[in-house]
Amino acid sequence: MVIGSGAGGGTVAQELAPLVRDGVRVLVLEKGPRFADDDFTGRELEMADALYQDGGAFLTRDGTMTLAFASAYGGSTVVYTGTSLTAPARVIRAWDVPGIDHADLQARSAKYTEQNNVHLLDETLINDNNRLFVVGGRNAGYYVEQFPVNVKGCRGSSLCNLGCPNQAKQGTNRVQLPRAERAGVEVVTRAEVQRITSDRTLDVRVSERSPGAKGAPSEWAPGDYRVQAHIVVVAGGAIGTTSLLLRSALPAPRSLGHGFTCHPALILVAEHPGPITNDVGHPKSYFVDHAESERFVLETCMYFPFVTAKSLTGFGATHSEIMRAFPRLQMILLLACDHATPDNRIAVDRAGRPVVHYRVTPQTVDGLVRGTRAAARIFFAAGARRVHAPADPPLIEASDAGRLDERITARHFRPGSLAVSAAHLMGGCGMGRGAADSVTDSWGVVHGLPWLRVADASLFPDSLEINPYLTIMALADRVAEAVRRDVAALLG
Amino acid sequence: MFARLRVAVRFPLMTPAHAVLCAIATTVVPEATGLDATQWDEVERIIARAIAARAPGLRRSLALYLALLEWLPLLRYGRRFSKLDAERRTRWLARLQDAPVLLVRRGFWGVRTLILMGYYGRPDAAAAIGYRAAARGWEARR
Repeated sequence: MVIGSGAGGGTVAQELAPLVRDGVRVLVLEKGPRFADDDFTGRELEMADALYQDGGAFLTRDGTMTLAFASAYGGSTVVYTGTSLTAPARVIRAWDVPGIDHADLQARSAKYTEQNNVHLLDETLINDNNRLFVVGGRNAGYYVEQFPVNVKGCRGSSLCNLGCPNQAKQGTNRVQLPRAERAGVEVVTRAEVQRITSDRTLDVRVSERSPGAKGAPSEWAPGDYRVQAHIVVVAGGAIGTTSLLLRSALPAPRSLGHGFTCHPALILVAEHPGPITNDVGHPKSYFVDHAESERFVLETCMYFPFVTAKSLTGFGATHSEIMRAFPRLQMILLLACDHATPDNRIAVDRAGRPVVHYRVTPQTVDGLVRGTRAAARIFFAAGARRVHAPADPPLIEASDAGRLDERITARHFRPGSLAVSAAHLMGGCGMGRGAADSVTDSWGVVHGLPWLRVADASLFPDSLEINPYLTIMALADRVAEAVRRDVAALLG
Repeated sequence: MFARLRVAVRFPLMTPAHAVLCAIATTVVPEATGLDATQWDEVERIIARAIAARAPGLRRSLALYLALLEWLPLLRYGRRFSKLDAERRTRWLARLQDAPVLLVRRGFWGVRTLILMGYYGRPDAAAAIGYRAAARGWEARR
């Protein structure tokens, strides 16, 4: 039984598919629906409602940060931009998980790099928003790198985060899940696992498709089911997996829920004197990695009108003025590299719903401040006339480009004063040495429950400091290998 | 106008919800003053839908926050928020935005987000600011 069908679940489904030939039934239960190609309209609110939990506005407990994660056949691989980076060696070393070796993860990542058609986009497909980042970054003295991306036939809709309307992005919905299904794996959508009991029974609720809703009806009739499993692989994402295990009341290790990290992010914009191509072309082609030295990563990005509007600080005439300059806007996504702390964790409320406790630490704020200054330098070095950033006032004119350290300071980054969001949700079921310090071993086996495995970003014992999906696939590949190895014993 | 909001928010005091939300909306997005009845209706529909999708506790908090936002200016300016001039409304919202208490800042952020969603979530508004993304991508521009 595989729960979830994103980067982790989709990979496990594909890798366990050969077992079907041996008479093993492999079932994938996915909470979200299976979308048809023409469901992806690119309309902002409509797609956000259809794809994301709480329309993309799932709030942390104190309400100061939104977390974005999708529910769909393909999970969050339906809504990412396809940026495909291998885990940095220094991060894997720092994780210090016995059995996890960077060379092994690299080899497994290479397998999915090839499978997902990962490559560097041709220069003719790069838009001005990305080109200006390269020019500005290099002029400002930063080392700018190009993202390998997993697209095939990208037409440059720029709508990746709303689900590709051209089916170009090679997520698990396009690659691993169809392969698994062709090999006999069963995928049931709109099927939410309510809890898992220690006798390996799953309580599953299959939802009805509401009238007018996007996506196909479930493969099963709507209703409640009890499903008996021999081996359960949970891959519902950091929040989905952790909350499911918490409400299942299994004898799981005490650190379950701990170690949550998320790369808190800010969208920064700058206005150029003339129009640039920004809402056409792949949105995320370049990045600057200062994770090790200054705790931030800058990435090109392009968002939609509402997301852009809410990401700007302030309101009124100045805010409107920036929005009206949309065709002249350059955007940069700033990711802060946070680290696991005892306070930042995933819990569940009395109804079993996930509750995420998260507070930015002074170190994370420092990463945000440094990253904002760096982004502003890049904007100005690319020719922007003014930059919108957390500052007072929020518009920084080019004449103030030499005073960025004075204008952008930690006091402007108070929680509740700016739109911090996160889409790289990690931890909660961290790997480690034993039950005293972790939830699983390096093969995703929950300590003390050999039939229960985890295969998603919840395994990360700390933040990855770079876009995570390829590393999730590499770890899921290991989990599937261990299941194949143990299947005979566990099927008994 | 704003009938759906009255139901969704369950505004607890006597002031009609639409008067308050309209006052906030036109302060947050000054162009909203130029919307016609049909466009306002769309703004309302988007906001009401977003509120309805939230947990009852959050809806209650929002209603309380809107009530306080409307009535507290009486102590400072001698008038409710919806009766203030544009300059004072802006000043009042700026105070909430920069308040030392997290709960107040967070509440303002939530209300502001709803207004921006209602306004910029409309395809008309997206087109008006020059947003042109299309499934055909580069082909549509060449």
